[in-house]
Amino acid sequence: MKDRREFLKLSAAALVAACARPPGVDVLPAPRTAPSGATFGGGGTDASVRDLANIGLQAARDAGASYADVRFGRYRRQSIGTRERQVTNVSDSESFGVGIRALVNGSWGFAATSDLGRESIARTAQEAARIARAARAAQRRPVELAPVQPVVASWRQPIEIDPLEVPIEEKVSLLFAANDAALRVPRIRYVSSGLQLLREEKTLATTDGTLVTQTFYRVGPSFNATAIGDGDFQSYSEELAPRGSGWEYVTGLDMPGNAERWASIAAEKLTARSVDVGRYDLILDPTNLWLTIHESIGHPTELDRAMGYEANFAGTSFLAPPDRVLNNFRYGPDWMQVKGDRTQPQSLARVAWDDEGVPAQEWDIVRNGMFVDYQTTREQVGWIADVTGRRQSHGCSFADSWSSVQFQRMPNVSLMPAERAVSLDDIIADTQRGIMFRNRGSWSIDHQRYNFQFSGQAVYEIRNGRITGMVRDAAYQANTPEFWNSMDMIGGPDTYWLGGSFGDGKGEPGQSNSVSHGCPPSRFRQVNIINTGRQG
Amino acid sequence: MRHEMPIAERRGPKRLIETDVPRSREELEAIARRALSFATADETRINIGSGWEGNTRFAVSEITTSGGVTDLTVTVTSTVGRRQASATTNLTDDAGLRRTVELSERLARLSPEDPELVAELGPQQYPDVDAFARATADLSPEARATAAQRVIEAAHAQGGAGLEISGFLSANAGASAVATSKGLFAYHPQTSTGLSATARTDDGTGSGWAATGSRDWSDVDAAALGRRAAEKAVASRNPQAIEPGRYTVILEPNAVASLVPLLMGSFNARSADEGRSAFAKPGGGNRIGEKIADERVTLYSDPVELRAQPFANDGAPTGRVVWIGNGVLRSLNYDRYWAERQGVPRTPAGGGLKMNGGTSSLDEIIAGTQRAILVTRLWYIRSLDQRTVLVTGLTRDGTFLVENGRITRSLKNFRWNDSPLFLLNKIEELGWPQPTGASQVMPAIKARDFEFASISDAV
Repeated sequence: MKDRREFLKLSAAALVAACARPPGVDVLPAPRTAPSGATFGGGGTDASVRDLANIGLQAARDAGASYADVRFGRYRRQSIGTRERQVTNVSDSESFGVGIRALVNGSWGFAATSDLGRESIARTAQEAARIARAARAAQRRPVELAPVQPVVASWRQPIEIDPLEVPIEEKVSLLFAANDAALRVPRIRYVSSGLQLLREEKTLATTDGTLVTQTFYRVGPSFNATAIGDGDFQSYSEELAPRGSGWEYVTGLDMPGNAERWASIAAEKLTARSVDVGRYDLILDPTNLWLTIHESIGHPTELDRAMGYEANFAGTSFLAPPDRVLNNFRYGPDWMQVKGDRTQPQSLARVAWDDEGVPAQEWDIVRNGMFVDYQTTREQVGWIADVTGRRQSHGCSFADSWSSVQFQRMPNVSLMPAERAVSLDDIIADTQRGIMFRNRGSWSIDHQRYNFQFSGQAVYEIRNGRITGMVRDAAYQANTPEFWNSMDMIGGPDTYWLGGSFGDGKGEPGQSNSVSHGCPPSRFRQVNIINTGRQG
Repeated sequence: MRHEMPIAERRGPKRLIETDVPRSREELEAIARRALSFATADETRINIGSGWEGNTRFAVSEITTSGGVTDLTVTVTSTVGRRQASATTNLTDDAGLRRTVELSERLARLSPEDPELVAELGPQQYPDVDAFARATADLSPEARATAAQRVIEAAHAQGGAGLEISGFLSANAGASAVATSKGLFAYHPQTSTGLSATARTDDGTGSGWAATGSRDWSDVDAAALGRRAAEKAVASRNPQAIEPGRYTVILEPNAVASLVPLLMGSFNARSADEGRSAFAKPGGGNRIGEKIADERVTLYSDPVELRAQPFANDGAPTGRVVWIGNGVLRSLNYDRYWAERQGVPRTPAGGGLKMNGGTSSLDEIIAGTQRAILVTRLWYIRSLDQRTVLVTGLTRDGTFLVENGRITRSLKNFRWNDSPLFLLNKIEELGWPQPTGASQVMPAIKARDFEFASISDAV
């Protein structure tokens, strides 16, 4: 424990330097992350962290590892929940530890501990190597890693205001102001709102020579209003996209100024007509479409899924085997472009380097309607190199904690807008008999990503180019390849919007990924609309 | 029955890192006391979670990842007047605990008053619960690798070497504790283990799954699990589509375990009293005392019988709670505030979940069935309508047509839209209850008119 105390003491000195804040801001100096220091965010990794990382790397090498990585993570999370005029939850958490991955004779082992003493880190590296050797007995093909150029550097997500440093009173009063505004709407009886805030500081050291320290910020606001009618209730959640942003994003949403309008949608749902089932031209607002992209393009283009690595849990993919579908499967119309990226500003998957030290990049997943590439890690890219000609990882390795092993996780996967200016109004005006969905409602898709059923928070009927009213109990049910090939109209650059989620689940034990998806509003021809308002 | 693994059979140290698992009562009590000693709030609660997880994942018939993790987290909840907040850390030296207590108190002082605040509890009595199995806590990486191999080999022996086997084995061992500044201390050591496996045929048309969970690794038969997944995979090859619609369904216990426990999310008394749940009574109040299911349905929690933690997060004891008794809604989940306000006893959720069943085996249910769809596993379940607990989801890894007392065809998977409440009102037969998790027991259910809404091409 001596080492760890020294380590923390070192960080405490750095803390004072790094935490200088304007006078009068009444917040406890937050415990800063140790794998940083006075040089944090600028000039690299703290020397004490580098030393501890080297102990882990050396111990793994000594135990027979041909490759190892040591990953320190410190996570500060704050969560605030309110209902009406009460706070239901204020909590703050920090988690700090190290995860070590060792490759021995082509097998992976991983071990993690929150004890950051020198001996503990060496033992954890040895344990990772031991676990790898145990796995060798049931390994058919040794793991091979694609090469990567080593890098020593640091990066901090550009933000204006650290969300963890904003006084709790300011956060609560913002939420209360939104709740108050909502409660002014007739029939609105219940309102809840909340904030999920994260600062993540991560240092990765590898036996390749990479040593990178990164700092991420994430903010996730939420708002829900419930209207009570005669023996009925309806609620509405606004789609407040979580972002890789600072506090300025939250204030920019003007929740107090918009809450009355949002709440009135819940009240309007009480008198909305139950939808007539049938086939309609379907218009999806970006607040709804982002999740459909996530489920029906994001997940099936994960290479580990296509190869069967998720078969026991998340499932496999209809996009398999790779050599048959790459450059051969038509996802949608020939103007459909889908990109994977870890570079979009404010997006949740943005990094400078992934959890294997691969630089962030952008690449085509669907080009001119054809499926052309998967999401990959260093272990995976070689599996399809003969087809794609590509030998370097797309940088999709991610672990949700120091205590989790990194594996292939989804980057931002986004549908590109049309080049010419097309507005949502233009799409509506062009639609004779349609249904439009806004915001995510319920979502469910099968384990090979064919059959899906999604609903929304606000659904509107369109007749002869005009919105004629709200309907409820509606969901759209479709098959992925048919659905995307029925897309016939999309919005222009001005309509592009970035949605996202903190809670993308995958893997065993389960891990949660944060990911964004950008898209314009889009129209799909003759999609099946069902009614979910059935009584027993 | 508990099985202690003889010392001689243990292979090397169970792990190289971390201290004993579970952390002892004395150790956790000392951490809690240390944290409480830094507190200046009117009331303080300390929650501690500590433990180790070892896991091994396999896919395409080989181990893909394997890991071991230890951690200990301390959550401090501070109450100042009617203001409350909490802070969590895994840095448990004095400096870390002191900083976390200070942060929690600072946040509490800055928070608005909570009119619904309830006081922390003083000392409580808890029943003895035996939830710790040494065989689970001692499961080494080598033993996990051997078990994974056993699943793969048994599956190949059953269904042929062409099957692709994937699965997951996890073992958890740890202890949790709650302490309050008013003298409450609760401690609970526990283990749990889960093993699941999926077999897929090499032509890509068949997939089978089997899973089990227990507190005790000695209860787990890895080879039997591998054989069952393989058997399902082979039987499910070349599925045929039948018209979607309402069919009699036979849900295996693991499928029931995906559906019936969803009711727990709707058993919130406050939501019902506020008129926004399936258990709200038209005109006000809730439906306790009303018949809401077939009279064969009894659903209850009991930490002693089901080997679950006998206290809630605030240290309140979780006793036996009957949610549905012979088809009648007996209890809803009252938190302390709502119970006091409504003048009724508190009924905390927790303490595992068991649904009583009948005496038939799954095979006997099939043998007595004219025509039904047999479902192995449900997937991607999401809420559609809170008013009826209507949910949507899919079938996977073994969906079969039963005709005249036997399985006649493998069926393409379905999307379905139905409610556990509807299901429990349409019961034809219940199988004998089986463990479906460490603290969960569910029967197979045969029910009529289950709504299969559309075909899924997924295998």
